[in-house]
Amino acid sequence: MTNLIIDVSKYLIILLMACYTYFNFRFFSYKEPEEKKAVCGRQNQAMFLIHLLAFLVIYLKTEKPEMIAFYLVQAAFFICYIWGFRLLYRNVSRLLVNNTAMLLCVGFIMLTRLSAEKDRAWAVRQFIFVVAAAVLTWIIPYVIDRVWQLAKVPWLYGLGGLILLAAVWIGGNTSYGAQLSLAFGDISFQPSEFVKISFVFFVAAMFYQSVSFRNVCLTTAVAAAHVLVLVASRDLGGALIFFATYIFMLFVATSNWLYLGAGVLCGSAASVLACRLFSHVRVRVEAWLNPWADIDNRGYQITQSLFAIGTGGWFGLGLFQGMPGNIPVVEKDFIFAAISEEMGGIFAVCVVLICLGCFIQFMMIAGKMQAAFYKLIAFGLGMVYIVQVLLNIGGVTKFIPSTGVTLPFVSYGGSSIFSTFILFNVVQGLYILKRNEEEEHEK
Amino acid sequence: MKNKRKDTKSGSNNNILFVTYLIGAVFLLLVLYFVWFMQAESEDVINNPYNGRLAQLSERVVRGDILSNDGRILAETVQGEDGSETRSYPYGSLFCHVVGWSTRGKTGLESLADFYLLSSHINLGEKIIQEIMDEKNPGDHVVTTLDIELQQAAYDALGDRRGAVIAMEPSTGKILAMVSKPDFDPNQINALWDSLVSGSSEEGLLLNRATQGLYPPGSTFKIVTALEQIREHPDDYNAYEFDCTGVYQNGDYSIRCYHSSAHGHQDLTMAFANSCNGAFANLGLYLDHGRMEELADQLLFNQELPLSLPYSKSSYTMGSEPGIWEVLQTSIGQGSTQMSPIHNLMITSAIANGGVLMKPYLIDCVTNAKGEEAERFSPEEYGSLMTAEEAHKLTAMMEAVVNEGTASALQTDAYQAAGKTGSAEFETGKESHAWFTGFAPADNPQIAVTVIVEEGGSGGREAAPIARAVMDAYLNGQ
Repeated sequence: MTNLIIDVSKYLIILLMACYTYFNFRFFSYKEPEEKKAVCGRQNQAMFLIHLLAFLVIYLKTEKPEMIAFYLVQAAFFICYIWGFRLLYRNVSRLLVNNTAMLLCVGFIMLTRLSAEKDRAWAVRQFIFVVAAAVLTWIIPYVIDRVWQLAKVPWLYGLGGLILLAAVWIGGNTSYGAQLSLAFGDISFQPSEFVKISFVFFVAAMFYQSVSFRNVCLTTAVAAAHVLVLVASRDLGGALIFFATYIFMLFVATSNWLYLGAGVLCGSAASVLACRLFSHVRVRVEAWLNPWADIDNRGYQITQSLFAIGTGGWFGLGLFQGMPGNIPVVEKDFIFAAISEEMGGIFAVCVVLICLGCFIQFMMIAGKMQAAFYKLIAFGLGMVYIVQVLLNIGGVTKFIPSTGVTLPFVSYGGSSIFSTFILFNVVQGLYILKRNEEEEHEK
Repeated sequence: MKNKRKDTKSGSNNNILFVTYLIGAVFLLLVLYFVWFMQAESEDVINNPYNGRLAQLSERVVRGDILSNDGRILAETVQGEDGSETRSYPYGSLFCHVVGWSTRGKTGLESLADFYLLSSHINLGEKIIQEIMDEKNPGDHVVTTLDIELQQAAYDALGDRRGAVIAMEPSTGKILAMVSKPDFDPNQINALWDSLVSGSSEEGLLLNRATQGLYPPGSTFKIVTALEQIREHPDDYNAYEFDCTGVYQNGDYSIRCYHSSAHGHQDLTMAFANSCNGAFANLGLYLDHGRMEELADQLLFNQELPLSLPYSKSSYTMGSEPGIWEVLQTSIGQGSTQMSPIHNLMITSAIANGGVLMKPYLIDCVTNAKGEEAERFSPEEYGSLMTAEEAHKLTAMMEAVVNEGTASALQTDAYQAAGKTGSAEFETGKESHAWFTGFAPADNPQIAVTVIVEEGGSGGREAAPIARAVMDAYLNGQ
């Protein structure tokens, strides 16, 4: 009987997810606020149903009563978050809030399932991080609306970020060959997750002052310093995110195709050089080109990930029916493979599309902002987000070499959760600012 | 911030739009790649022996049956009263290597079709009933291209000798029969295992000689040498002349014809029909060895074969500037050239199919436990190994082998066969390996057959009659 419920809910979850994703894009075609409201409401229904079905399966498989309690607190959190945001800010972008909740929900389901198998506290800890981050970052739209000195302190962002990164480089803990985190007793913290945001603020503030050649050179120098420190710390994924974000922000701020061309050329040259010079880069590229040649060692992680995705197929094996635990670091960088294995390839593609939907929403907000500073912030944060999604999902599926970054809102990890909440709520703040302004105008 | 600086760069929104499209395009590629992986690549990935997930499937699915082309059972899972499962092979050792076994590792079709056998496509209603009864779902059945009567004919004709017989339909690539000996009864695999793995290497009971055996091609390689001659002299290839005295001398080197028999005055077709070693060794000296190397590559020597069973790669090592002895030896299929029987069959069936090689395949379709089709595999073209005209010329020469030459065992009024014999020497003092590769009927080929009998002696006397038995069974039995 249990298997039957698992099978049926597997297909239902896929169907609901497909509907949710469809609504996400259908939203953009509606003009009337009423229609937009209705489609967002349907998204909420789909999400809560997916959450309920998934936890029903988890409960049936684990037979642990605490799973019911865990489900209830999660559901309560989602209700409070979705409706609380609207109470606090009348003009909130419901689509962004919904997508935040949906991605968190997918992460909770998968982490709860993985924690149950491996007897770890990932899911509970993730939930605590999420609640804390959600509540604390609620203030950000308020700050953006009231504090207008944000554009005045570029060097605070730039130097502050560099100092944090340098601290990790010098005194950081090494995990999987990269120095990523600073430890304070039991709590470890990944500064690069937050420096991504301060970096965008720095670049936006600099270009807001001026896009003179002198200012561009100065900004480029500081940006290059960020990237180099990350390369030195062996955080390749981080370095790529900063690099791509900077090149595109420079292009949008200056409208100069030469800068874009030069940037892409430098980037390609640097990649080739890095591949020649550093063995750890070469190892990643080789494991990408032919993981089957060294399946026991360097190719292990990516081949396990491909086994998971391939065996899962389009419809997935169903929760608890696969072996995602075989994939190293499945709770963080490789959670997408676990999702694809057990919830299905269709579901996984929906996750990709939801992430892309968030990015499109970011770009629309960037387009609407009139002040160059805000425009660049929205654009830059959108780039940080989507490049990270691309590196993660591309790496897990062997589309590109694996670089070891998390999937925002889905992967396990406090720093990743906090920084993604900050990122989304800054953009949310800009959206609210703009809507409030429009309302004033209408009056 | 009420006193916002107005955005002076009207182009920046266009730039944002450009970047959005760019990212959109990259994600489109990512999704297309994902779809491609799921559709095309994942099958190989799933069947990888390192994938631990298949074993888990067997906890919920009873391994399905492997069936012959007319639906008779070649392998099935028998469930005991206590729920124990035993894999049973009703035909015993007849399909030993090609169907393979699923305990003690998986081989043959048991390995190739592992994922299908462990998947269940019964309808949802039945799945629900099975669930409520708390029973495993029945796995899918794999319908193969194998023909039991033909397999039996090949099996009986090979008898107790070591070797392999393979038959395939040239126009589709369907493998109709695949026998390898020595063999054993896979029903007894657990009892026999220790003796199977400790047996001498010559025995090689676990080896599927049809695909994994490597032999010098002997005179069957004259097909390649003749094709090169046809390529270099498309209009007057047959004008090549040679006087055979039984032993061909070139400086210190001598090449003997089989049993030193003198063939007298020969043109290319006669030399091919009589398998005259002197004529072909001498011909080799006049050929362009660079082009010969290209031809060997094109005919899949030193290449991966389009075959999903495990196989050994054939090798051709003569470069563009070889020594005289190497040329003499290579031109008649001796020397360091090595070839698997399945590869020889692929070249033969390409000739039979107007130069086009069809990918050999063993799985015709997958059905659910009730016989409803879930997936069907269509014949796939690999590509052209030669032009239709070249294939036509080779066919005429191969007919002469049957009508006037070494393969007289295949002369029959029922059909016109075409082929080439070979007697490949591999070690002094031992009998040669007997080869035959050919097809019938020559004007409308229905079946291509390759036979190797290890240390069998003459290809014409030992291997050709086996091919005859297989062709008779197929063409007369139809």
